[in-house]
Amino acid sequence: MSTLTITDPVLHEFAADVGAEGPVAVAGGRTRWSVGGALDDAARVVSAPAGIVAYSAPEMTVQVRAGTTVAELAAELSAHGQRTALPERGGTVGGAVAVGENPVDVMGRGRLRDAVLQVRYVSAEGELVTGGGPVVKNVTGYNLPKLMTGSLGTLGLMVEFVLRTNPVPAASRWLSSADADPSVTLAAIHRAADVRWDGTTTWVLLEGHGPDIEADAVRLRDLAGFTEVEGPPPLPPHRWSLSPADALALPARNDGTSVVSVGVGLAWSDQAQPDRVVDAGVAALAARVKHNFDPTGRLNPGRTVG
Amino acid sequence: MRGPSGRTLGPMGLLDRLTRRAAPVAPLVADLRAALSDDRVRVDGAERALMAKDASVFGGGVAGPTCFPISTDEVQAIMRVAARHDAAVVPRGAGTGLAGGAIPLGAPIVVSTGKMNRILEVDEANGVVWVEPGVINLDLSKHLRPLGYHFAPDPSSQAVCTLGGNVANNSGGPHCLAYGVTDAHVVAVEVVLADGEVVMLGGLEAEPVGYDLRGAFVGGEGTLGIATRIAVRLTRNPPAVRTLLLSFAAVRDAAETVSAIIAAGIVPAALEVMDQRITVAVENFVAAGYPVDAAAVLLAEIEGLDDGVDIDAARIEEIGRANGATDVRRAGSDHERELLWKGRKTAFGAIAQLAPDYYLHDTVVPRSALADVLEQVYEIADRHDVVVMNVFHAGDGNLHPLLLFDAREEGTLERVHAAGAEILRASLAAGGVLSGEHGVGVEKQRFMDELFSDADLEHQNRLRRAFDPVCRANPGKVLPMGHSCADIQALRSVPTEVWG
Repeated sequence: MSTLTITDPVLHEFAADVGAEGPVAVAGGRTRWSVGGALDDAARVVSAPAGIVAYSAPEMTVQVRAGTTVAELAAELSAHGQRTALPERGGTVGGAVAVGENPVDVMGRGRLRDAVLQVRYVSAEGELVTGGGPVVKNVTGYNLPKLMTGSLGTLGLMVEFVLRTNPVPAASRWLSSADADPSVTLAAIHRAADVRWDGTTTWVLLEGHGPDIEADAVRLRDLAGFTEVEGPPPLPPHRWSLSPADALALPARNDGTSVVSVGVGLAWSDQAQPDRVVDAGVAALAARVKHNFDPTGRLNPGRTVG
Repeated sequence: MRGPSGRTLGPMGLLDRLTRRAAPVAPLVADLRAALSDDRVRVDGAERALMAKDASVFGGGVAGPTCFPISTDEVQAIMRVAARHDAAVVPRGAGTGLAGGAIPLGAPIVVSTGKMNRILEVDEANGVVWVEPGVINLDLSKHLRPLGYHFAPDPSSQAVCTLGGNVANNSGGPHCLAYGVTDAHVVAVEVVLADGEVVMLGGLEAEPVGYDLRGAFVGGEGTLGIATRIAVRLTRNPPAVRTLLLSFAAVRDAAETVSAIIAAGIVPAALEVMDQRITVAVENFVAAGYPVDAAAVLLAEIEGLDDGVDIDAARIEEIGRANGATDVRRAGSDHERELLWKGRKTAFGAIAQLAPDYYLHDTVVPRSALADVLEQVYEIADRHDVVVMNVFHAGDGNLHPLLLFDAREEGTLERVHAAGAEILRASLAAGGVLSGEHGVGVEKQRFMDELFSDADLEHQNRLRRAFDPVCRANPGKVLPMGHSCADIQALRSVPTEVWG
């Protein structure tokens, strides 16, 4: 059961496919390629294998290959009353982890980074590497899963994960009000799963035990006339990442075309977020990381995490 | 085998070969004093003896000069002096680590964060509080309480351990079951790297740009640099809490109840198991109200809103009874609840009445394997003629077998180490890992290659070397020596003529 020896032949086939030489990139569903820049034409493109390897609902962990679609994994977990922190917006599990974006309802589902317990990837030298471990709590050695999540495959081509799962709450309900202060709304609810605000309307996702949701719904009705709705409208196309305080200023600045995830700092707008500046010292450290993991720059060339 | 401190080292005798008796020398001390002040660079024997140890059973540490900086600039200045003198640097919080992570190897400069203990800013709009690394864990939660918040990770040592130490060890605690361990709570961390560069890793943004170097840094056990400012999440105090105490006639029943609670889709705030030997010791120590006739007790806590916590409490009671609980008690008041937690968190202090020494292990197994591995733990201890007690974070599968001994008895520590090694291997065989919250330090280096392949360890070393190419920060920790050649070099590079 030790992670020491990787016996799955499919993983070894993928490692052989990646090999040890020449520019190489991995593609999943190509649903998130707006992030991180264009791939160099010279790169050979490989696909990671798919399939749920082991799912233990009582353990609340799932071992899944990178090429599995997010939809397939979500369906399997859902059949056992569970879910994970992957954003359910198409694509593959590998692509979602490589991009590292949190689900929109991150306050309810949790952050993606906290859900990646173990990662297996093929190194620039073509070797299979395991980082982290298959259990829910682990501080054995350096935290490679954190480093790999959001790395866009520039440090290793990810092939398999162990993800933490969570029970789907017993009940959930969307409420909205056009007359609410979003910050006051957030503070009024002990654990809202999602609070969105477009500068006028506030939407709240309540999740949990039925009676708790009912109590919160009454609280919100009394607070600012919240009423039950089907759900919030689709989000604008461009995703922004800001501090929670800065995000609240966005709807006013972007002239009513932005939606903010209150208390989180994510926002969506019809305009793209201006390039974010990385501090020179951090950039130098990141460059050393990249150099140490991929000295020749063969992994996903052209793609960059910023 | 006896180390420089006179303590028996057992299999850790390796440390003897890597450490030297040393007296700090003038030029280095003079430069450090010029950078800080005379009184905040100490070289006296008492100070160095204190800094040579932490809360682990491992001896063999030799401290160089001990610095007490009061600012990021001063930590940076220390790092630059260290670079100039090619000296190693070991950061140190309260010294409560149990894996020997703060033990100075090779007479390095010890950087105590004790004087950097200010709570800098509560930023409610961004949901964080900024602290210096020397702030004590419990002091932070007390400071936040009037505002309705706390810092969620709550190690048993929380009354003394520091935030910097929590970050270095990615510390856990009973309530991390629902809230996650330290890395889920650190939003940003200012770090002085081994070359003296100061970087801010992470940030207040929802998803900071670039690699997650913040996530990589947390749990680095002081080998990736020194944290000088930390932004941690404000966790809201729950409106309602229910605390249940379930008694069992067999440890297996308690463990199976835990597995069944998790399997039922309930995520309590905490699920802690204590066996009878522990509850008896705790009752003698603080009279917290634990039954002393039960083979094991399960302390379960649920947080949330009023109705939901009652629903979950009822289900936990039902699951407990179905798995053989002989009694289920609900804490009737805050006072009763606080007493139960006081008992749980002083468990290790209570042990002092039973034996002069203890060795607290820390492994994680799949939650479904808890009962089987626990049975093996008792069997292994019996076979090695060592007394074992179990008090652990059952909900996470995080075992804490506590081996009691008297180091003065010839051969005892060897038996304790042999039993410990078997417990680790039993955990690995069940699909577990070496450490859930204490870290690797010097304790588990030699077991790392039983969990990780050569390539895995090489990649961990790549991360280490990106932060610290010359292995100046806390050399000789985490990775086994064979996988961290530069560390050996760093330790050996301390010239003997300089260090006596």
